Amino acid sequence: MRIRVNPITCEAHGLCAEMLPERVTLDEWGYPIIDGRPVPRELEGLARRAADSCPTLALLLDLPKTRRGA
Amino acid sequence: MSLPRLLAGLDPAGALPLDAHVAVHGELPPSTAGRRQDAPALIEELGRSGLSGRGGAGFPTAQKLGAVLAARGRPVIVVNGCEGEPASEKDRLLLERTPHLVIDGAVACARAVDADQIIFAVDADAPTARWAVQAALAERPDTGRRGLDTTVVAIPPGYVSGQESAIVNFVNRGIPKPTAVPPMVFERGVGRRPTLVNNAETVAQVGLIARCGADWFRRLGTQDQPGSALVTLTGAIAEPGVFEIEYGSTLDSLIAAAGGTVSPIRAVLLGGYGGTWVDSAGAIGLRLAAEPLRVVGASLGPGVIIALPESACPVAETVRVATWLAGESAGQCGPCVHGLAAIARTLADVADGRGGPEAGGRLGRWAELVTRRGACAHPDGVARFVASALRVFADEFADHAHYGRCTACARRPVLRLPERFALAG
Amino acid sequence: MNSTVGPSAYWYLTRSSGIVALVLLTVSVAVGVLDVARVGGRRWPRFVVDGVHRTVSLLAVVFLGVHILTAVLDSFAPISVINAFVPFTGTYRPLWLGFGALATDLLVAVTLTSIGRRRLGHRAWRMTHWLAYACWPIALVHGLGTGSDVTQAWLEWINAGCVLVVLGAVAARAIVGWPEHVRLRLTALGAAVAFAAALVLWLPAGPLGAHWARRAGTPASLLSPSPSASTTPAAVIGGSGGRGRSA
Repeated sequence: MRIRVNPITCEAHGLCAEMLPERVTLDEWGYPIIDGRPVPRELEGLARRAADSCPTLALLLDLPKTRRGA
Repeated sequence: MSLPRLLAGLDPAGALPLDAHVAVHGELPPSTAGRRQDAPALIEELGRSGLSGRGGAGFPTAQKLGAVLAARGRPVIVVNGCEGEPASEKDRLLLERTPHLVIDGAVACARAVDADQIIFAVDADAPTARWAVQAALAERPDTGRRGLDTTVVAIPPGYVSGQESAIVNFVNRGIPKPTAVPPMVFERGVGRRPTLVNNAETVAQVGLIARCGADWFRRLGTQDQPGSALVTLTGAIAEPGVFEIEYGSTLDSLIAAAGGTVSPIRAVLLGGYGGTWVDSAGAIGLRLAAEPLRVVGASLGPGVIIALPESACPVAETVRVATWLAGESAGQCGPCVHGLAAIARTLADVADGRGGPEAGGRLGRWAELVTRRGACAHPDGVARFVASALRVFADEFADHAHYGRCTACARRPVLRLPERFALAG
Repeated sequence: MNSTVGPSAYWYLTRSSGIVALVLLTVSVAVGVLDVARVGGRRWPRFVVDGVHRTVSLLAVVFLGVHILTAVLDSFAPISVINAFVPFTGTYRPLWLGFGALATDLLVAVTLTSIGRRRLGHRAWRMTHWLAYACWPIALVHGLGTGSDVTQAWLEWINAGCVLVVLGAVAARAIVGWPEHVRLRLTALGAAVAFAAALVLWLPAGPLGAHWARRAGTPASLLSPSPSASTTPAAVIGGSGGRGRSA
């Protein structure tokens, strides 16, 4: 699983950085800098919550394609 | 066959009508009935030819067609004749003078992927080009009422309006701004259908390959980068304009073909305002092909080369263009909006001697910060342009940081900006 | 387990859960505005503010559910499940109860769209979520029109407090992002002020006035024969001392 942000929908609310600082830091304007490394299993739940907590649904999860991509 | 290819038989007075076009290039081979199982023929030929996009991204054309073919839904062809790059004139030239060659390529692509619609995207401020395309379409038997459905769409002018997803967005919703991908336009574009967006020059090359084949195409150029390409050469050049070059030829030979330089050159900008500066020493003997350019950190991009004379102030030029580019942001992505504005402001401060000692560090940090963080490659291009300027013109920037504006700052600019903008100072 | 006379547990439950639901809805609106206004810091991370908003809203829905269930189950006032969800049907104070059904429908819409937010997409979700701003005043008016305790001082304080909180929330919301969409903001502010003014004008002549129960549409069979300012179920149908028999 990897994290990705839709830069157009993102409005710099910053909840993602609160929820998942291991993968998201904020730049000086409040916008997320995403660490593109895969999310380890123990953080997957947090990653889902982070994506769910985004007010504009800008934080997206890329799940490994099993049959059809997410 | 040698050069010219795309520019063969051009009439300075205007567009080549259909019969003159056929006289120069021959007939387009008859359709293979446009059934999907016949599609591989052209796509295979394009694959063997090694044709890659001429709009700046350089994506292998055959791969694009294959992706569109594999996607679900009836494809749409978009010919991208939008030339957001202010110093570029090649696409407008093709559309105004040899529209039939572009249309040939579009029709061939449409048949290869079984598309039923071709959209020609032309800048709204290029009425001659639009009219030439419309007139050419009306002349032909394979388009218009009797053939493929074709439309000419006027795209509002803007640096990023010609980006492929921006064109699709404009056609779909009337908003000429890039969209976030995925999904890529080849999967879901115009009307949610797979959309093949190709630069006008790329499409014109397809029009040639469909007639003459891959082997013919590969007779020019290099092994890795076959074929010819159009380049707009401007700046301190005796006869600036659009030239057709063979990949791998030298910059010197191109400049010579343009009548040489009119004054000593300080540096060369390769790839347009989102491209890279190379100083004159590095430009000597430079071969115009992807690999040799990559070595100096550059690429041809949309085929724009600007020779900056020593009489110009590179700092002032960089500030002007960077400020304009910041204003050309679509305004959709935070890092681009904030980052480019910060870069432009700081550059202006440095040019005026107000930057402070850490300005260079801040600029470098911001250039990295905006790269790959927008929905399109606009901030990446600006970062590249500014970073290379800071590197190549390090002395001039240091000078300005200490002493402020120089005597050359107020000179007539070399890097042109579209007249629709009035800049203060 | 109900008797036809006297108050039952359901009656008390429905009144109390209704009031709690309104209070929770008020808190939800206020915290929702805190959400949009990006209030937060180290002590109150934004995901906590957002979490509080979601939890309070869900609690409001739960209490609304209890409120509806007990109202339907209670046999004093003839309220059916249909009446609870289809506005302005039924025989018991159809207008004022109907507002409650309407508010319920809106809240259900807001809740379902929030649960299915990912599938709906942000823009569609946002448009429907604004229905919450419409839901609240309708719920309040429902309470004022149907509530049996409206004239009680403690409830008047609660209602007044809720109105003030929501007015403040709407004002704060109108300021966030000023001055974009100025006309829309001014319209919203004007509507809020107009609503408050209308309440002040209406209440004395309405629920706080004489014979409200009859004027509000309580079926005649449920009204006490003797005129009184407000009617409670205790004063219903010829006191044969049934009060002692109910739950």
